[in-house]
Amino acid sequence: MRYLPHTDEEIGAMLEVVGRKSLEELFCSVPEGCRYQGTMDLPAPLNEWSLTDHFGELAEAMQVNHKYQVLIGAGSYQHHIPVTIGALMGRSEFLTAYTPYQPEMAQGTLQGIFEYQTLVARLLGMDVANASMYDGASALAEALLMGLRIEKKKTKVAVSRAIHPHYREVAATYLRPTNYELIELPVDKDGRTDLTGLADIEGLAAVAIQSPNFFGVIEDLTSLGQTIHDSGALFISSFTEPLAYGLLKNPGECGADIVCGEGQSFGMSRSFGGAALGMFACRDQFTRNMPGRLVGETVDLEGKRGFVLTLSTREQHIRREKATSNICSNQGICTLTAAMYMSSLGGSGLRELAKLNYDKAEYFKAQLKKNGAKLAYAAPTFNEFVVEFEKDFQPIYAKLQQKKIVAGLALGKYYPELAGKYLFCVTETTAKKVMDLVAGEVKS
Amino acid sequence: MKELNELVFGKGLRYSNDHEWVSESGSTRKVGVSDYAQDQMGDIVYVELPEVGATFEKGEEFGTLESVKAVSELYMPIGGEVVAVNEDLGDSPELINQDPYNNWIIEIKPANLSELDDLLASDAYRELLKG
Amino acid sequence: MKKTPGISGLIFDEPLLWEKGKAGRRGMSIPASDVPAAELPGELQGKGPDFPDLSEIDVVRHYTRLSQWNYGVDSGMYPLGSCTMKYNPKINEKLAVTPELATAHPMLADDVVQGNLQLMYELQQYLAAITGLPGVSLQPAAGAHGELTGMLIFAAYHRDRQSKRTKILIPDTAHGTNPASAALCGYKPVPIKSGPNGILKVQSIAEAMDEETAGIMITNPNTLGLFETNIREIAEIVHAKGGLVYGDGANMNAVMGVINAASCGVDVMHLNLHKTFSTPHGGGGPGAGPVCVTSELEKYLPVPRAVKDGDSYRLDFDRPSSVGRVHAFHGNFSVLIRAYCYIRTMGAANLKKASQLAVLNAAYIKEKMKGTLQLAYNRPCMHECVFSDALQVEDKITTLDMAKRLIDHGYHPPTIYFPLVVHGAIMIEPTETECKEDIDQFIEAVKLVVQEGRENPDLLRQAPVKAKLRRLDETLAARKPCLCG
Repeated sequence: MRYLPHTDEEIGAMLEVVGRKSLEELFCSVPEGCRYQGTMDLPAPLNEWSLTDHFGELAEAMQVNHKYQVLIGAGSYQHHIPVTIGALMGRSEFLTAYTPYQPEMAQGTLQGIFEYQTLVARLLGMDVANASMYDGASALAEALLMGLRIEKKKTKVAVSRAIHPHYREVAATYLRPTNYELIELPVDKDGRTDLTGLADIEGLAAVAIQSPNFFGVIEDLTSLGQTIHDSGALFISSFTEPLAYGLLKNPGECGADIVCGEGQSFGMSRSFGGAALGMFACRDQFTRNMPGRLVGETVDLEGKRGFVLTLSTREQHIRREKATSNICSNQGICTLTAAMYMSSLGGSGLRELAKLNYDKAEYFKAQLKKNGAKLAYAAPTFNEFVVEFEKDFQPIYAKLQQKKIVAGLALGKYYPELAGKYLFCVTETTAKKVMDLVAGEVKS
Repeated sequence: MKELNELVFGKGLRYSNDHEWVSESGSTRKVGVSDYAQDQMGDIVYVELPEVGATFEKGEEFGTLESVKAVSELYMPIGGEVVAVNEDLGDSPELINQDPYNNWIIEIKPANLSELDDLLASDAYRELLKG
Repeated sequence: MKKTPGISGLIFDEPLLWEKGKAGRRGMSIPASDVPAAELPGELQGKGPDFPDLSEIDVVRHYTRLSQWNYGVDSGMYPLGSCTMKYNPKINEKLAVTPELATAHPMLADDVVQGNLQLMYELQQYLAAITGLPGVSLQPAAGAHGELTGMLIFAAYHRDRQSKRTKILIPDTAHGTNPASAALCGYKPVPIKSGPNGILKVQSIAEAMDEETAGIMITNPNTLGLFETNIREIAEIVHAKGGLVYGDGANMNAVMGVINAASCGVDVMHLNLHKTFSTPHGGGGPGAGPVCVTSELEKYLPVPRAVKDGDSYRLDFDRPSSVGRVHAFHGNFSVLIRAYCYIRTMGAANLKKASQLAVLNAAYIKEKMKGTLQLAYNRPCMHECVFSDALQVEDKITTLDMAKRLIDHGYHPPTIYFPLVVHGAIMIEPTETECKEDIDQFIEAVKLVVQEGRENPDLLRQAPVKAKLRRLDETLAARKPCLCG
């Protein structure tokens, strides 16, 4: 077996050194009652060629595949990924490296993460970003817990109903075993978070808003941020589409204290939702309360610039039960992938790509409206928006699927009040003719 | 790490079993850590200080000392109200390594002076370290 | 002078991204617009971030040079205890990017993503077979995430029984994520001292366990590389007082096909796919930490789960007792694919062989290195062995110095200063993918370092000298954090 290099001869020689007569004898300290009876029920091994064939079968069983236009965002986006990223990230020095605890021999990973932290901090307009969390959802949960740590005497946190439903579920899961209360804030008729009731809530540690929100609507973060601060709470700004900040005011400019979200758009394929990339950033004064790994700049014995993991005393391997989080891994590969994407795109490219996404969505909205559909919300959107149709859209949806187009996400499952409405997303990967085709079907 | 005979002991102080010291006289008392404590910690990179006005009981945790690889809790040698914290430690936590006796950490108004009697004088503290 | 792999090489210096480039350069193509330009309200517009503009060559050279400063499993051995740095198969990398599977949106209807659901379902079955615990969730994105999920399951279980439990037993050898995860669920960790022979004593558990304790978190084999031989008795005591047993599966590589976790009395365990199941570490992640539970606890698993209905697969959302979602979607699917590939490549017999050879390699190192380094516990070890720095104290050489000098000889050092119960701990886990001559060479390198420590200790204290940088000032990095460029 090609991953097991030992020959029988070598095994024999090593057993002799160890003083055992067989491999089984190595397990003499394992009591009978713990032992596995029989063999594990697993399929017979496949060589490289048979395994590839099997994956061909799994691929065949994916009816909606890469040849389809899937016009859904909802936290998982289709963007062009340059082939350089796969080539660079596939370098085994990046891919097969361990966590950089021995910095002298891991400067590639460490400088790469430091660059990522810097680009993310600049993107979000914040002072410091960490080396990533698992995904946007757990990043939100950790941001809420961080808010509660900072505002020690308070026991409540609030999240907008316009935040991705799965993110709110994860936040609820994390908070359930605690004594903290999670409050949901309503959405107004324009698709934006309604904070009119906020002042009445006592003891709020933090309030989280997503922008662009789940409906693609761009929230008025500056004025929301002001209301939140007036109520004495911390302002957490969340996102699922970081590309938006190539065009829109960033959360830092709008007064956010903590920013968290999903970075998958930056160079990762959707991959059925994972591995993902939880981006996380905060203001300087909260740095020591931040969860997750941090890379910092320093010098070596000869005064040369280098990078190391730092502020580790916040983390579990030192602080154990008093740590800022239990997190150990970051999303290493995804972190470097995003950095490679951001460097490939550059500042000017990011602005151009963000504007292109916006223009595509505006065009599609206009075409749909022209053909009888209505936009559910009046507020400005980025590359996603909610549509309501005159008639039942299901037959058209099915017809379009025959034409290899998945026309949006039906919202009733996630928001009962939006049953019959659909969330559409278009990006730079959606051609005008596809949008025209969908709009055309809506007309008929 | 220093040997026992290399350690410095401050004057006019009483020590707790956790290696904190309290000044013996004055209406307010200063609190810090011993030379043994700073030597064990290594390079101190951060000091977590309590808020002025906070009150703690004897033995209660009032802050932490951080090195690169470890965190050490600071416990009140006697109970009291924090009337001042050493602001210099924010920018220069290494002051504690350089001189742990002149660089106090907090200044307190003691709640109960008799609690001092339970603390160790210099010689008794030296004995504790020997063991 | 004996030969070790570490010589020297041509390493290029490379600045930070924003220290290069020129405004207007572009590193990737952006499609031309085929739609009209649209207006955006001025008050929403931002300037966009201050990113450098780089050409494709700038980016490629930058990251190529950075990669050359790194060491990976493909470069050489990583004898890191409790990390299981085994070889990462390349076929797994290729198949993980199969376009049909890798481009799928996670919220598509079940009937159009049968391939992915089949893969998830089958992987669940395989992990159930390997652990003996039938209920599996693939959602947790890392080991610590799996531990948190496990603790949430404990909490849900006790809540259902109206049993107020506030404490959890955790051995002093436990990984830091254990108490951290427990604390996130409101449990106060109660540390349990291991016995003088490095394993837990039944009596210690009997004394600590009561009806206010949710259960115990136990790593088996433990972080000293020793099998917790009393685990069944310990589990019985915990169960007798209504508690549950959590198994930290980080060291599963020692016992695949050898032990049955369920038979050991474990109720909930997590596996680290990036350890035992060969998925790449990527400089820190992503990993995956699936959770496996008894059939009694299956209802608490995160929602949704992949299930099979007749001939087809679907996501089951009808799980009223579930602890909830722990991940935005289905977990680290791209990591799950790699683990699936590994298990399908190995099969049952080879997985068991892998565990046997992992243990053989560690036992061999233990035998050959005891005397050079102080063996912490003279007991049969599993897939890793632990030494202390006791034999080097006389020469005033620390574990850190030895580790740094190993770098000059072409090795990533073993895990150091963990577990905390061993002074100057050096934890070595070779894994089964290291062959005998590579292990022999590693042993020689360690012996050489110890000898250098005796004869010329400055070589160690000044090490490393052959890496890109010398020892870095971690104190400065912590005192004056510079986390952003």
